[in-house]
Amino acid sequence: MPDLSELEISRRTILATSAASVVMASIPSAGAQVRQPMQTDPAPLPVHFEVNGQARELTLDARTTLLDALREHLHLTGTKKGCDHGQCGACTVMVDGVRINSCLSLAVMHQGDKITTIEGLGTPDHLHPMQAAFIKHDGYQCGYCTPGQICSAVAVLDEIKRGVPSHAQADLNEPARATNVEMRERMSGNICRCGAYSNIAEAMAEVAGESA
Amino acid sequence: MKAFTYERATDPVAAARSVASRPGAKFIAGGTNLLDLMKLQVETPTHLVDVQDLSLDKIEDTPDGGLRIGALVTNTNLAADPRVKKNYAVLSRSIVAGASGQLRNKASTAGNLLQRTRCPYFYDTNMACNKREPGLGCAAIGGASRQLGVIGVSDKCIATFPGDMAVAMRVLDAVIETVDADGQCRSIPIADFHRLWGDTPENDTTLRPGELITAVTLPPPLGGKHFYEKVRDRASYAYALVSVAAVIQPDGTGRVAFGGVAPKPWRLAEAEALLPQGAAAVTARAFEGATPTAENAFKLPLATRALAFVIAEAKG
Repeated sequence: MPDLSELEISRRTILATSAASVVMASIPSAGAQVRQPMQTDPAPLPVHFEVNGQARELTLDARTTLLDALREHLHLTGTKKGCDHGQCGACTVMVDGVRINSCLSLAVMHQGDKITTIEGLGTPDHLHPMQAAFIKHDGYQCGYCTPGQICSAVAVLDEIKRGVPSHAQADLNEPARATNVEMRERMSGNICRCGAYSNIAEAMAEVAGESA
Repeated sequence: MKAFTYERATDPVAAARSVASRPGAKFIAGGTNLLDLMKLQVETPTHLVDVQDLSLDKIEDTPDGGLRIGALVTNTNLAADPRVKKNYAVLSRSIVAGASGQLRNKASTAGNLLQRTRCPYFYDTNMACNKREPGLGCAAIGGASRQLGVIGVSDKCIATFPGDMAVAMRVLDAVIETVDADGQCRSIPIADFHRLWGDTPENDTTLRPGELITAVTLPPPLGGKHFYEKVRDRASYAYALVSVAAVIQPDGTGRVAFGGVAPKPWRLAEAEALLPQGAAAVTARAFEGATPTAENAFKLPLATRALAFVIAEAKG
C-alpha cells in the first residue's frame, strides 16, 4: 500500500515551493503531524488455525475478516465476497462444524479453530455428494453464490440431524425432516441472484434422501 | 474499518476493567452486529475485548426450577436446548424467527440483547442521527419511517429495538446478570434493561460503562401455550414489522409483548390483563398514546390482527 503521508508531504512541498520562499521552516513539523497516526497503528497480530485439515499461521491486521484472511492471505478464493455484511451468504464457511458468515468474523478471533471451506469439501476429481447433486440438478447459473450455498446446504442437513429447530417446524419437539419448506427456511441466509432456489432445494433433497 | 487494538480476555472482571478503563473500548462476542457497524464506521471502537474464552456458554438449571443462560450461549444452541424447546417454547420460536442460520450460529445471547437499531438513518453516516451522533438531529422524523417506532419514541429518535429474542424474554420476565470492573454483580429485570430514547437516544440500555453481561436467568416455566407470531416483508430473514410474543393459559389469561414497535419489547401489565376480552381490547390499552407516522400507522391494526390470530390459535 502506498504511504499516503509521504504523498501528502510531496504535495505540501510542491505547493510551498511554487508559492516561493515563504513557509519552508514549517514543512517538517506539518509532515510530522501527518505521519504520526501511521506510526501508532496497532501492530499486526499472530493467529493460527486449521483450514481444510492444514495448519496455517498468519500475522494479520486485527481488522482482517476471516473471509479476507482466506481469500487474500491464503488464496483460497472459492469462498466469495458478496455483500460483506452478512446478508447474502456467499462467504459461508464452516467453523468447528457449524456454518457462519466469514465476512462478519475477525480472523484473529479464530485462534485454534478448525475451518472448512468449499475447497475442503471436495475436489474436481472427488466431489462432495452435495457438489455432485448441485451439478446434476443445475443448482446454479452464474455460480458466484454456489460455494456459500453448498457449504450452507451441507451444514443445514447436519443441523436437521442434530435437532436444531427452525421457523418452519410446526412442533419444535418433533424431529425436523428435510422437506422442501424446511430447506427453504433454513437456506434463507443464502441469496441467489440468478434464482436457482428450486434446483438447490432439489439437490439438497437428493442428498438428504427425501423428495423435494 | 477504523484501526483498533485487540485483546482476548480470560476473566469477566478483568474484561470489565479493561473496557471501563479505556474510552472507546467495547466487548466483542459473536461480532455479527458490531463488525457490520464497524465496517460502515457507525461504530468506531479503539479497543476490542474478546470475551469468547470466559466460559459463559452453559445453560444450567437453577434451584427454583428456572434456567440460567450463559451470556455466550449462541442463539442456535439456546433455541435447540431441549428444556427451552419444551418449557420456554416462545423463546425458541422467537430465536428461529430471527436472522439466518449462519448468524444464529455466531450471535450470542448477550449480544442479541445489545444489538443496535436497524433504522436506515442510523446506518447511513451521511444522514442526521441523534443516536449515532447526539445533537445532529433525526432524519427519520419526516423521512422513510415504515419500519420505525409507533410508541415510546421521542422527538429525538423514532428507532425501534429490532430483536426477536428479547421480546420473548420480556414475556418470560428474564433477568439480566452483570458484573462490573469492581467485581460488583447486578441483576436487571429485562423490563428495566432497554431504555426509552427520551433526550438521550445514544444510550440503548441501562448498562453502565464497562458493565459485562454474564448470564440471563429465566424464572420457572409458566405452562400455557407459547406463541411468537412475526409479521415481516419476507417469509424469512427479515426484521419484524410487528411481532407478538405470548403465553396463553387455558382460561384465556396470559402474557403478551410486542416487537418491532418501540425502543424496547413493549409489554404493559394493564393491557395483557385484558386478554380474555380479546385482541382489540389489549392493543387499545397497550398502544394508548401511540405516535405513529403516516408511513407506519399500519402497525397498529397489524398488531391487533397478529394478536387476534394468536388468541384464535390458542383456543384452537
